[in-house]
Amino acid sequence: MRWSLIAGIAGLVVGTGVAMAETTEVTLPERHWSFDGFFGTFERPDLKRGFEVYHGVCSACHSLKLLHYRDLTGIGYTPDEIKAIAAEQKFTDGPNDQGEMYERSGRPSDPFKAPFPNEQAARAANNGALPPDLTLIVEARKGGANHVFGVLTGYQEPPADVQLKEGQFYNQNFPGHIIAMPPPLSDGAVTYTDGTQATVPQMASDISTFLAWAAEPNLEARKRMGVKTVLFLIVFTGLLYAVKRKIWLGVKH
Amino acid sequence: MSTPVFKNRLVRWIDYRLPVFTFMNHELNEYPTPRNLSYWWNFGSLAGIMLVTMIVTGVVLAMHYTPHVDYAFQSVERIMRDVNYGWLIRYLHMNGASMFFIVTYIHIFRGLYYGSYKSPRELLWMLGVIILILMMATAFMGYVLPWGQMSFWGATVITNLFSAIPFVGEKIVTWLWGGFSVDNPTLNRFYSLHYLLPFLIVGVVVLHLVALHRFGSNNPLGIDTKGPQDTLPFHPYYTAKDMFGLGVFLIIYALIVFFAPNLFGEPDNYIPANPLATPPHIVPEWYFLPFYAILRAVPNKLGGVVLMFSSILVLFVLPWLDRSPVRSGRFRPMFRIFFWLLVLDAVVLGVVGANPPEGNWILFGRMATIWYFVHFLIVLPLLSRLERPRPLPISISQSVLASGGGFAPQPVRTMDKA
Amino acid sequence: MVHGAEAIRNAGAHRPGEEGSRRDFLILATTAVGAIGVASLAWPFIDEMNPSADVLALSTTEVDLSPVAVGQAITVKWRGKPVFIRHRTPDEIKAARSVNVADLRDPQPDEARVQRPEWLIVVGVCTHLGCIPLGQKPSDPHGDYGGWFCPCHGSHYDTSARIRKGPAPRNLVVPDYVFLSDTMVRIGEAAAKGAAA
Repeated sequence: MRWSLIAGIAGLVVGTGVAMAETTEVTLPERHWSFDGFFGTFERPDLKRGFEVYHGVCSACHSLKLLHYRDLTGIGYTPDEIKAIAAEQKFTDGPNDQGEMYERSGRPSDPFKAPFPNEQAARAANNGALPPDLTLIVEARKGGANHVFGVLTGYQEPPADVQLKEGQFYNQNFPGHIIAMPPPLSDGAVTYTDGTQATVPQMASDISTFLAWAAEPNLEARKRMGVKTVLFLIVFTGLLYAVKRKIWLGVKH
Repeated sequence: MSTPVFKNRLVRWIDYRLPVFTFMNHELNEYPTPRNLSYWWNFGSLAGIMLVTMIVTGVVLAMHYTPHVDYAFQSVERIMRDVNYGWLIRYLHMNGASMFFIVTYIHIFRGLYYGSYKSPRELLWMLGVIILILMMATAFMGYVLPWGQMSFWGATVITNLFSAIPFVGEKIVTWLWGGFSVDNPTLNRFYSLHYLLPFLIVGVVVLHLVALHRFGSNNPLGIDTKGPQDTLPFHPYYTAKDMFGLGVFLIIYALIVFFAPNLFGEPDNYIPANPLATPPHIVPEWYFLPFYAILRAVPNKLGGVVLMFSSILVLFVLPWLDRSPVRSGRFRPMFRIFFWLLVLDAVVLGVVGANPPEGNWILFGRMATIWYFVHFLIVLPLLSRLERPRPLPISISQSVLASGGGFAPQPVRTMDKA
Repeated sequence: MVHGAEAIRNAGAHRPGEEGSRRDFLILATTAVGAIGVASLAWPFIDEMNPSADVLALSTTEVDLSPVAVGQAITVKWRGKPVFIRHRTPDEIKAARSVNVADLRDPQPDEARVQRPEWLIVVGVCTHLGCIPLGQKPSDPHGDYGGWFCPCHGSHYDTSARIRKGPAPRNLVVPDYVFLSDTMVRIGEAAAKGAAA
């Protein structure tokens, strides 16, 4: 009786948990990502292409401030390639011995250069909306990579009963459906260096993977360590159980 | 009680001057423990282990964290990305808090079911409630430190509650904040107190253990031990059992840390705090949800605050609300039903707390809140007087020796009062 | 505890004569596995105190040499330490190169310590116990060999910043550096192999 009650409680929790939703819930397309599951990893080609999408499209409006150029070794770029990528950007540094600030090329130790110097400039350039920093976007949104992919591929004509104002767009997969970002991807927006055809779903998938990596570059190390740790603990707990049984053998309790 | 002679000369030299080894032998080795403890008795040691874990991971995190509004969020991300194994230590600490509350809540409900709060363990129980309150304060302040959206807004909502106190409310809130809103002074002092409180918890845990050892553990039958036939030395029986329980617990902890580290978290806390943008739903961490529901059940601000604190304070006086001479729920059939209803009620309160206070959730929240207080203030005292308990066994060893843990056929003995 | 082993042997011993060897082996194996677990768990907590990735990455500083006239020296900060850059006179270079290397406490020819003979770049931390030697300013003592003098315990360095007298064991350290141009040097980055000195 007690256990059926516990099962009932569990069912209630799970059931209401599922129903527990914001009023603007959307059902996202559930993709299988290479980094899902106990043994998930990032595919380096996906990450590189995703970086190219960020570089060619998203970086016009979105910063990636918590990432440093040196982190790109995690994607498979060599130190020289990273130096070149960093050097494309100019950073203000100083003051020098004359007391002046000066411009210098980016270095691997620099954080990714933001497209706007501050929030106000970003809003001014984007109809008052602030393009969020993307480094943690996959962890900061319900649905994670599925959310990012869903939004990038979810632009549609609005249904008849929805009136869009200037600077608004209709998106099937964005909570609330009204989004201030115009559809950023179109076929061929980026020319991939590895020759892959740059369709919208392909780019959306690649940038989602890249952003998942950007949010958690240590994901692979975490899962690898996790497999070893859990296996070790299962073996160890088995041994502890055997010890416990041996010690308690024959003891009335 | 034997005073052993230690074989090692150095040990004897130290022990003569500072009897740690005699002490440890008495309290951890030969210490007589009821022989019939079930696995529900593992959770106290698990809580102690989690306290140590949180302190160790916390001290290490403190080496890399910066408690300033401009740097806090970034410093946490630096820990996750640049500090060697920083991601592991951060996830251990973050999820360790949830694991700490899980084992503590189970530990508390074990106490509720088996009457571990009854005489002569009232003070033991009350010290436990103090530990719970300190844990809640520590966890609340700790959650503010990453300075995400939920950190900031959760702190704002909860500290604002104190303004409900008549006359001095606003002054108290300003004093808590160190300013006119949650800002850098607040973050700094929360950091200081978050570092301090766990050591206060250690102190209260020591008192908790001293109180425990005064009369020894309760047991599933709820009857006192009568002699060595009812007990086993703590080592190796319960050290082995606790180690096994720890192993099982660690597997669950590891599965969460390594494969679902953000399971208990809120995505909004990965957004840096913005005092000018309120998130659509402000939710505390799961272990606060039932109390959050009680807070919101009352339409009056002060009423909600008072009721929320009362829900914990009522636990202090539990030994005097439930005066049944029978300790264990095993022999109290009516009490058992109400116990499980309380568990259900706590879960319902938690679910209510997670949802916005709209529509049916308001009704459920109020019903569940009322029931919570009815359980403690009305049901338990009534049960003490009206319930007919089942006959108790004569002794633990009798119960244990009888096949299948059956009971001796003699009628119930009157409960021994300390 | 001391009595644990005894208790284990007594525990559950419903057959008093039974050899507890299988049980003891199990406990031994479990303890060994546990020790491995504890050591593996301890390592991250030790390693986290090692320099983090961002500290390791902050490696270089660029210095404009054009204001440094011949015979002058400047001090720049690199990785938290002072770096002496001296624009050596021909006399100083000659003095550095006319020493019998075998006589030196830390034998190093001057040619091995500079990429361009007129620019000596060394870390300004005495190799004895870490004080900053004097000699950067014209008014500073330069020691008996025309280089630097450490006031803490009296180490003398020559015009190639090699230890000549006093307790220091080694020459002042030459960091990695690379000339980006005739007037710009980047300290902390190794010159490419085979680059012209």
